[in-house]
Amino acid sequence: NGTLYLTATHLIFQKCFLIRCILHHHIASVEKLSLTTTGCPLVIQCRNFRVVHFVVQRERDCHDVYSSLLRLLRPVCFEELYAFSYNPKQNDQEREEGWQLIDLGAEFERMGVPCDQWQLTDVNRDYKVCETYPQNLYVPITASKPIIVGSSKFRSKGRFPVLTYFYQEKKAAVCRCSQPLSGFSARCLEDESMLQAISRANHNSRFIYVMDTRPKLNALANRAAGKGYENEDNYSNIRFQFVGIENIHVMRTSLQKLLEVIGTRSLSMSDYLVGLENSGWLRHIKAVTDAAIFLAKAVTVEGASVLVHCSDGWDRTAQVCSLGALLMDPYYRTIKGFMVLIEKDWISFGHKFADRCDQLDGDPKEVSPIFTQFLECVWQLTEQFPQAFEFSEWFLLQIHEHVHSCQYGNFLGNNQRQREELQLRERTHSLWAFLMSERQNYLNPFYSPAYSEAHPVLQPSTLPYHFKFWRNMYHQFDRSMHPRQSILKAILTLKEKTCKQIRKKNKEKNVILEHEQGEVGQEALESTNSERTVEGSSGTESRKQSYGELEGKHNEELAKEEPAVVSLELGVARMTC
Amino acid sequence: MYPFFYRPMFEVLEDGWNSFLPQNAFKGLESMTDEWRLSEVNKDFSVCSSYPSLVVVPKDVDDDALRKVATFRHGGRFPVLSYYHSKNGMVMMRAGQPLAGTNGRRCKEDEKLINATLRPGKRGYIIDTRTINVAQQAKARGGGFESEANYPQWRRIHKSIERYNVLQESLIKLVEACNDQSHSMDRWLSKLEASNWLSHVREILTTACLAAQCIDREGASVLVHGTEGTDSTLQVTSLAQIILDPSCRTIKGFQRLVEREWIQAGHPFQQRCAQSAYSNSKPRHEAPVFLLFLDCVWQILRQFPCSFEFNESFLVLLFEHAYASQFGTFLCNCAADRARLSLPEKTVSLWSWMNRPQELEHLTNPLYEANSLVIWPSVAPQSLLLWEGVFLRWNRSSKCLDEAYDEMVHIIEYNKELQNKVNCLRRQLAELETDEPVLQTP
Repeated sequence: NGTLYLTATHLIFQKCFLIRCILHHHIASVEKLSLTTTGCPLVIQCRNFRVVHFVVQRERDCHDVYSSLLRLLRPVCFEELYAFSYNPKQNDQEREEGWQLIDLGAEFERMGVPCDQWQLTDVNRDYKVCETYPQNLYVPITASKPIIVGSSKFRSKGRFPVLTYFYQEKKAAVCRCSQPLSGFSARCLEDESMLQAISRANHNSRFIYVMDTRPKLNALANRAAGKGYENEDNYSNIRFQFVGIENIHVMRTSLQKLLEVIGTRSLSMSDYLVGLENSGWLRHIKAVTDAAIFLAKAVTVEGASVLVHCSDGWDRTAQVCSLGALLMDPYYRTIKGFMVLIEKDWISFGHKFADRCDQLDGDPKEVSPIFTQFLECVWQLTEQFPQAFEFSEWFLLQIHEHVHSCQYGNFLGNNQRQREELQLRERTHSLWAFLMSERQNYLNPFYSPAYSEAHPVLQPSTLPYHFKFWRNMYHQFDRSMHPRQSILKAILTLKEKTCKQIRKKNKEKNVILEHEQGEVGQEALESTNSERTVEGSSGTESRKQSYGELEGKHNEELAKEEPAVVSLELGVARMTC
Repeated sequence: MYPFFYRPMFEVLEDGWNSFLPQNAFKGLESMTDEWRLSEVNKDFSVCSSYPSLVVVPKDVDDDALRKVATFRHGGRFPVLSYYHSKNGMVMMRAGQPLAGTNGRRCKEDEKLINATLRPGKRGYIIDTRTINVAQQAKARGGGFESEANYPQWRRIHKSIERYNVLQESLIKLVEACNDQSHSMDRWLSKLEASNWLSHVREILTTACLAAQCIDREGASVLVHGTEGTDSTLQVTSLAQIILDPSCRTIKGFQRLVEREWIQAGHPFQQRCAQSAYSNSKPRHEAPVFLLFLDCVWQILRQFPCSFEFNESFLVLLFEHAYASQFGTFLCNCAADRARLSLPEKTVSLWSWMNRPQELEHLTNPLYEANSLVIWPSVAPQSLLLWEGVFLRWNRSSKCLDEAYDEMVHIIEYNKELQNKVNCLRRQLAELETDEPVLQTP
């Protein structure tokens, strides 16, 4: 028995000392089931895959909760989102510094751009040419403004080919765009010149690959609507390649099926495996990974430049470009580098986070777990290459958590123009700053920079049995299913504990020695400053606790947890965390 | 056979043939309870051909009674003690199926024997590893199960662990799935599911959890049997002990468990592991029963990586030696055969080789921290994994995983050095404090 509170931003369940908090933004759906002998059941499914059952004794109360939740779950404008009221008690300067942590200009410089073949163009200043692209874009030297503008008119949503990654070693470029508006026979001189410019920017290769990440059938169908794909006859020096990854609707259904299967009570092993196969989820993960591998090979082995697109160039294109870059460049496997990668290929290049993550309760057909898939592809790689990543699985889970929590401004809206209009930098806080401040919680203890030096390019195997079910993501909150003891937690705790002890003992020793010498030296003060407490009220801490507590208890999963019986207190209070 | 010709190139520090003698194990039991006795009724293997020469039975049951009970149980395998749970004094016994037949034969001595393990007023549990249907069918062939009428103080639970011949089919399909080089995810999942291997893993783990629950949670005694009592029975009893008894999770403890619950208990290794696990032909008695057990242990090890003194390599090694070995430990089908062939004199024991420090080093789990808890694994399908270390070891490069493992060992060793440093600093602090008693430490 417990009490349920509804505030403007959270749903809180309290039972004695136990408090469970759910952010409204995390809630994907609320369902009221039919009355039973104990009361009226309420099922809440969250976007971070948490499923909560409540049993409310009186049906009328249940209906009240249900309809209140439905109202609270339908924010009408961005300003209603949590990020605008979240207050971590920072001043404006600290907030601004948080936003300045990631600098994409510096990132392109790190890649070696601008250089003799690639330049920064201001053609999209004020989003004049393409509303969903960032303002700063890198194009080949030989791509003049008319070529760019002409090409953008020939591309869906105006998303013309631009540089997203530069592989210095071979001077090969990864570019991204959307599908050409070629229909059955239309041509565009400027667009053809654009691709030629990209090709010429790479002296090492005579041709560029054009990767269409859609299944051939879909691309063909698009031609009837006046869109389509590049005809090798019209574009000189291209090698065209379909890399069939299914569209957002297929992915949405796939995840739904997966969740249905794993949410089944008393699931048998057979039904689990059959369900996994029928959902197709792992098949899609493999498809995205295969595409990224093709991209990485083309660039690092063949030294060829690659142009990647799908339909609109903001879903599958983002997945393949970012995953491919991760395979090619060890920097993106560091904590900072990974944040930069997401900022570049997902946020700045206009992946529609607001639509895909259902921030404003919009068109359900636009919702799709594209970014979740990307995170899972990364996780699969961390399993194959345990030493190649500076971050652990917890980092990925925390990012996923906050993409959906709308607590930070980074993922709000669909593109940079929208974010500027909403003045997010001035009115919300950056997730990246928060993650960096807690980075010790996300470290992978097995990370080896030497490994990255020896193996800068990752070459994963994509034989089917290498892909595992990501239990820690899809059953994050199911305590009965967790690894009872986590190797990650054990090793991190070990290091942390011993380091703390050493610092403490050193400090004590120094203080005594100083007293002996009659003065309190600098060392004593320094060691105080360096001692950091890791305890905090972060979500990570609760995640750390929900993993790996050794339960000497009866295994509860033979029957799933009984729903909590609640009494109600409806209150609307402003909550700040 | 090779083990008879093998001469060890190493110094035998401790003869493995003598490491786990039943009389020594009994001494441990004696110190905890006086309700059991060591019986020599099977001294010459005439009462039960597959049992060892010494068995542990309730104190008040005499050898004559045992002889009668042996005629009532399949293969003469009368109920014997498998495990004593020191926390609450409850026990687990195992046997072959009762030979009730279609006439509903009964044996008062059998009833007395198992009733002797019950506390006054308390019920016990009989876990029959066969479904009720299979158990009914067994009656027609002279077997059967314990009826409620004759065993009123026992509650019978039926599980559905497949017979051993089904396991061999399963393994063949699994191996075939793993060797399929096509890049189709659907094909892989479908073949994996069709092999049913993981379903077997789950069923056995669930049954072991059930037995452990009865003993630890319900505080009741348990009797486990299938048909012969030499396959699924042993899987359940040994796994239940892994769950209940922390000493089984040490290296020596696990070896003792294997010796007692598999080797001495008469699991027919010779028949079951006759050829390579990857053979396609189907001799009648071959089945990966022991491998399935090791797989279940590995699942628990994966879920509790800090609770086992041994690591995955240890389990893989046991798997290999069960099938082909220069050592005599897994030869033959029962203690009688081993005695007849003078194995302890003519061959070297696997334990002799394995328990040398230079071998143990590779088999020890660096994360091990002894705990005294009962550990409950999750048997949800999402929690069970394919044992890549065995089924995929030739298909995938384990280089990255091996390097990560080495890194883990390194981190833990380094941490030990740091711990020593902390202790050193502590001592220095203590000295400093005694030198200057007037100082206050902050």
